[in-house]
Amino acid sequence: MKSNRLQQLFIPVLAVLLGMIAGSIVMLASGYNPIAGFSALVYGAFGDTYYIGETIRQTTPYILTGLAVAFAFRTGLFNIGVEGQLIVGWLAAVWVGVSFDLPKIVHLPLAILAAAAAGALWGLLPGVLKAYLKVHEVIITIMMNYIALHVTNAIIRSVLSDEGFKSDPVKPSASLQSEFFGAITHHSTMHYGIFIAIAAAFIMWFLLERTTKGFELRAVGFNQHASQYAGMNVRANIILAMVISGAFAGVAGAMEGLGTFGNISTKAGFTGLGFDGIAVALIGGNNAFGILLSALLFGALKVGALEMPSSAGVPTELVDIIIALIIFFVASSYMIRWLLSRGQKGAE
Amino acid sequence: MKKRLGFLVSTLFAASTMLAACGGQGGNNAGGNGKDTFSVAMVTDVGGIDDKSFNQSAWEGLQKFGKDNGLEKGRGGYDYLQSSSDSDYATNLNKLVRSDFDLIYGIGYLMGDAVKEVAKQNPKNHFAIVDTVVNEPNVASITFKEHEGSFLVGVVAGLMTKTNKIGFVGGMEIPLIEKFESGFRAGVKAVNPKAKVEVQYAGGFDQADKGKAIASSMYASGIDIIYHASGATGNGVFSEAKDLKKKDPNRKIWVIGVDKDQAPEGEVKVGDKTYNVTLTSMVKRVDVAVYDLAKQAKAGNFPGGKTIEYGLPENGIRVATTGGNVPENVLKAVDEWKQKIIKGEVKVPTNRKEYEQFAATIK
Repeated sequence: MKSNRLQQLFIPVLAVLLGMIAGSIVMLASGYNPIAGFSALVYGAFGDTYYIGETIRQTTPYILTGLAVAFAFRTGLFNIGVEGQLIVGWLAAVWVGVSFDLPKIVHLPLAILAAAAAGALWGLLPGVLKAYLKVHEVIITIMMNYIALHVTNAIIRSVLSDEGFKSDPVKPSASLQSEFFGAITHHSTMHYGIFIAIAAAFIMWFLLERTTKGFELRAVGFNQHASQYAGMNVRANIILAMVISGAFAGVAGAMEGLGTFGNISTKAGFTGLGFDGIAVALIGGNNAFGILLSALLFGALKVGALEMPSSAGVPTELVDIIIALIIFFVASSYMIRWLLSRGQKGAE
Repeated sequence: MKKRLGFLVSTLFAASTMLAACGGQGGNNAGGNGKDTFSVAMVTDVGGIDDKSFNQSAWEGLQKFGKDNGLEKGRGGYDYLQSSSDSDYATNLNKLVRSDFDLIYGIGYLMGDAVKEVAKQNPKNHFAIVDTVVNEPNVASITFKEHEGSFLVGVVAGLMTKTNKIGFVGGMEIPLIEKFESGFRAGVKAVNPKAKVEVQYAGGFDQADKGKAIASSMYASGIDIIYHASGATGNGVFSEAKDLKKKDPNRKIWVIGVDKDQAPEGEVKVGDKTYNVTLTSMVKRVDVAVYDLAKQAKAGNFPGGKTIEYGLPENGIRVATTGGNVPENVLKAVDEWKQKIIKGEVKVPTNRKEYEQFAATIK
């Protein structure tokens, strides 16, 4: 049991290292210095307080989108609609943020709740269709992403601005932005949302592992027929799972709308946060604590990568390949596990 | 089998030494170079410096400035950072501030908010923004009279269309691009009130696939000239026009380029003959503007808090004639309208409302 735990920790680290080795080969082959490249990556993510702040800022929505995907996975559903749920959550949070004048203690929670509700609503529809008509949630959620993107753009143009491309900034009473974090991290855009994200991870763990409802949700995920036989309401559980998953995604949108940007602008395409959330969830083993770590990995890679072109001269395109390689190896940790177990068997 | 484990372990060791080396090296980046030269850098929008248009033009300006002043690419010289999404704007600007660049450009309208924010936080640094105005004492704003240039290429399109159907492809529906759209439509209207201009937006400046799709449906509907104001999205428009030209070299279809002289983008070889689908380009000398400002700043005359506007008289905006696809008489008409605009006899609309008023004066 103990060696198993150790392996659990050891394998992701090994995977990251293998990814870095593969990245080094790519850099060497293209004539760049891998040590300079990776030092730039590490420096750009954790090099000083500013970069640490930016990394935490980037990690925040990743935690929440990772949780959203993982929650659905744990209940046997594949929610690809996190992206769309995030966008409508972002819109709802900003909408509440600009339209009301309330004391902060009411306004901020209201804006975040609105985001959660919007995301939940966007998850409700695929949930209902899945539960009652057996329509596959993957198809519906993908399509819902496009609906979210374009409806949101239309609302930004027509309602939240006068034919413009962005909304007004949210009122200070609804903002997550932090003077304090800004001051200690040299004006990084780090905001209070990180606490909400960590709290959400705890909520997910508690809900799934420590409540009867959570047990039911997981049971439906394992085996629908057995759950039904055991007297559980499978349909209600599927819908509930999608709603909760959507709510997490909606809150991720609130992090962007109330924290990072403080407004919403029309988007040409998806933010990618929702899709990356799938990888975050899988790498984190669909486990709340694991997701905190894998979100940090993604956040650090994303922010650190920006430093590679400027201080190591590695072109942006190559940086994307290197980051993808690291993620690839982390995702294929099953392969490493298999290699290790063969090695162990051989040693015995 | 034991060997295999041994190999794994040694790989691990190698890897961990590497990681350690990385950690050690990281600190070195913090120290800036000694600052005895003037250094400049820019942050691009999502289009990147190879968008064959706006960002590329700005980068060419900076490269020229670097060469003329004996600077090297990188810290302490001239450099650029590319944004892969809008959340990177502020991070990239801050990165350049922290690398001690003397003048930092935000390239593009969409970067206005980020430049304002970062400029406020770093009142001692000098910034510049292209295509919009940021009212901060340490920011110089560069804008162009794109509507006037667009009017002139509109004149070309209006006089040269055979089908009386003309297309406009915009990047994002933002006030800046509406300036292009309104000026262009006014130019067409002024010389050919019967021609119809169809306007479509791709939703982004890096959506070449959408640009191609829009161009495909526009050409199919009988439109013969498309003006694009969409950065790298326009590469899709060019690619569609060239594909059609390859299939039928006799078909008269054209693209009007933007920002740079885009004649090289329109070249297409069919058999032994080379055609060019680029009718003309609305050239906006971002490179000149970027260069001039860097020069001023280097000489100690940084125009902080001011807005520098480039238009037709300064040659900051002009109509390209490379390729010789525009006949003499049309060029003459362009020149007449240009003089009228410079003299103030024609007021070119800058937005849709002004366009409606303008259109009402022409029956």
